[in-house]
Amino acid sequence: MSTVNRKTGLPGRFQLADWITHHQNLAAFLALAAMLAILPLWVTNNYQRSILVFIGFNTMLTVGLSLLMGYTGQISLGHAVFFGCGAYITGLLTARYNWSPWPAIVAAAVLTGLLAYLVGVPIFKLRGHYLAMATLGLNIIFETVVVTETGWTGGSNGLLGIPRLSIGPWVLKSELSYYYVTWAMTLAILAVSLNIVNSRVGRALRAIHASELAAGTMGVEVDAFKLKVLTLSAVYASLAGSLFAFYLQIVTPSSFSFIFSIELVVMVAVGGLSSIWGAIFGAASVTLLGEALRNIMPRLVRGASAEAELLAFGLILVIIMIFMPDGLTAGVAKRLRARRQARREAPGRTEQSADAMP
Amino acid sequence: MMKEPAGQGAGGLRPPHELEERRERGFMSLESQLLQYLFAGLTLGSIYALIALGFVTIYNVTGIVNFAQGDFAMLGALITVTLYQRTGLFNRVITVDLQLPLPLAIVVAVILTTLIGVVLYVLAIRPARGASVISLIIITIGLSIALRGLGLIIWWTDPYPLPVFTPGPPIEIAGAVLTRQNVWVIGTMLAIVIGLYLFFEHTLLGKALRACAVNRDAARLMGIKADQMALFSFALGAAVSAIAGIVITPSTFMAYDSGTLLSLKGFVAAIMGGLTNAPLAVVGGLLLGLVEAFGAGLLSSAYKDAFAFLTMFVLLLVWASGLFGRRLVEA
Repeated sequence: MSTVNRKTGLPGRFQLADWITHHQNLAAFLALAAMLAILPLWVTNNYQRSILVFIGFNTMLTVGLSLLMGYTGQISLGHAVFFGCGAYITGLLTARYNWSPWPAIVAAAVLTGLLAYLVGVPIFKLRGHYLAMATLGLNIIFETVVVTETGWTGGSNGLLGIPRLSIGPWVLKSELSYYYVTWAMTLAILAVSLNIVNSRVGRALRAIHASELAAGTMGVEVDAFKLKVLTLSAVYASLAGSLFAFYLQIVTPSSFSFIFSIELVVMVAVGGLSSIWGAIFGAASVTLLGEALRNIMPRLVRGASAEAELLAFGLILVIIMIFMPDGLTAGVAKRLRARRQARREAPGRTEQSADAMP
Repeated sequence: MMKEPAGQGAGGLRPPHELEERRERGFMSLESQLLQYLFAGLTLGSIYALIALGFVTIYNVTGIVNFAQGDFAMLGALITVTLYQRTGLFNRVITVDLQLPLPLAIVVAVILTTLIGVVLYVLAIRPARGASVISLIIITIGLSIALRGLGLIIWWTDPYPLPVFTPGPPIEIAGAVLTRQNVWVIGTMLAIVIGLYLFFEHTLLGKALRACAVNRDAARLMGIKADQMALFSFALGAAVSAIAGIVITPSTFMAYDSGTLLSLKGFVAAIMGGLTNAPLAVVGGLLLGLVEAFGAGLLSSAYKDAFAFLTMFVLLLVWASGLFGRRLVEA
């Protein structure tokens, strides 16, 4: 978008600042992509790179869940089920039936999306607490089935022997390659989600969140939209699960426990219920916090490690929902604005500032 | 991805020993087996009924579904264990060796759990009174997870037992076995149900609580402090859950993660009363226990938890499609 020179009426020089202001999302997206591309130059430790890969998986999951919870106002405590489906289906197809990876990924995404649709039709008749409990129950049923049907899933020991991911003839073996593949997928998902949110569909979703009744009277097909968002978020989760299966080469039931579902809710809560960019922040901060707790706690309290995570996540959930229900970033921004407002009003009330509103 | 240390089983109540033993010995005829499932179902169901009562009490007075209800049961039981016998806490860093007599340990544990419930209300629920439904749900889930985490830190993953309240041979009825602890469980449930009925019907405080449930503002106009009533309902819910947890622990041990499944199943039972009807919630709890016992015995014991949730789905969807009125699923 170029500016027009006021004197001559001819197109003026391209103003970067203006462009960024008018294309905020695109600018941020490109900045993120650039940063991710060169990040491995600083982060050379394999362990640290693996953390980045996990942040990628969690981001894919959190974006979908954030769309679902934030824009449709529904709560899902069973999102890990879709992740698990993607992982197990992909694992089964490649390890046992010798499918090649990418068709397996697509098949898993399709099947998981279908599952989401089938589950969504009856379950969206519920609201509030009932919906929350129903999704939690679904998660537990899924866990029970996976652990019990050892013939298909390998039970508690998990599904072994999943091959490495390959793109054409190249087999991906290094942390770095998985880092790039995962984040490429994550960026694709981000791009799709940003487009959705800023389109007619996104406005319809926000209308549904604000008031289903009002949205319905305006002609928004509420039920159809909810199902679409659910299916989309399930596909995202399945993609993450598939990559996860290739990355670890083993899939176990413990990865899809309802605790993981709740951990995802923590990520959405920290990032803000209706924010795509917040999803990255939420996923990153919660993943890093988990790692920090796992590494620091054993030094503080003899023997304690993963347990502190559970307590910490519970406390985080409670504190955030009480004080900053719109997420950490929005909550902090609100407080800064309030403080700026207070400072502006306090000294010299005789001064009537033209732009009193922040 | 958070990795919880693997506890025994998927959490929740483990099947009572007596049932498994008798089945293995192969002594039982079909009628005896069915009667045995009936006893097991009534025992389990009594626990679910008590948890459900806690849900209903709190929901009626405050409109909040307390996801942490089952975790109060866990706390009550594990605190009792700590007070009663020599226990190593914080992964054997600290050893508590109070060895209080069992009745005293139980009373102190119930009081402590009630206090914890009150503290949680003051710190976490009261500050969020005006929040959206989704926020409140997430808060109580957060509390449940935090309590579970606390339980894990203090008591690690071991399942803890309590001694049977009155030792002695079990009662044999038509080839099926009713242990003395089973009698304790069912008896406690009946005692609490009757006690609560008398409380709500015949005491001023109970009537004040009911007034809050019926119409909060009108109650406040009559001089009833709604916030105090909310606090008291949390205390009552915590106490009832704690007692439920304590009384079932001798039969099916209690571990840090038992609370979650108890919460869920108690919720399923409470749903049967529309979250507001206490007698129906009790009936619901007993029915759920029976479904689980018969399902586990006759069909598949691996899927026993799944039966509870399938019941929940069927119920919720039947209600949602309007057979018993839509309002029940608008929460």
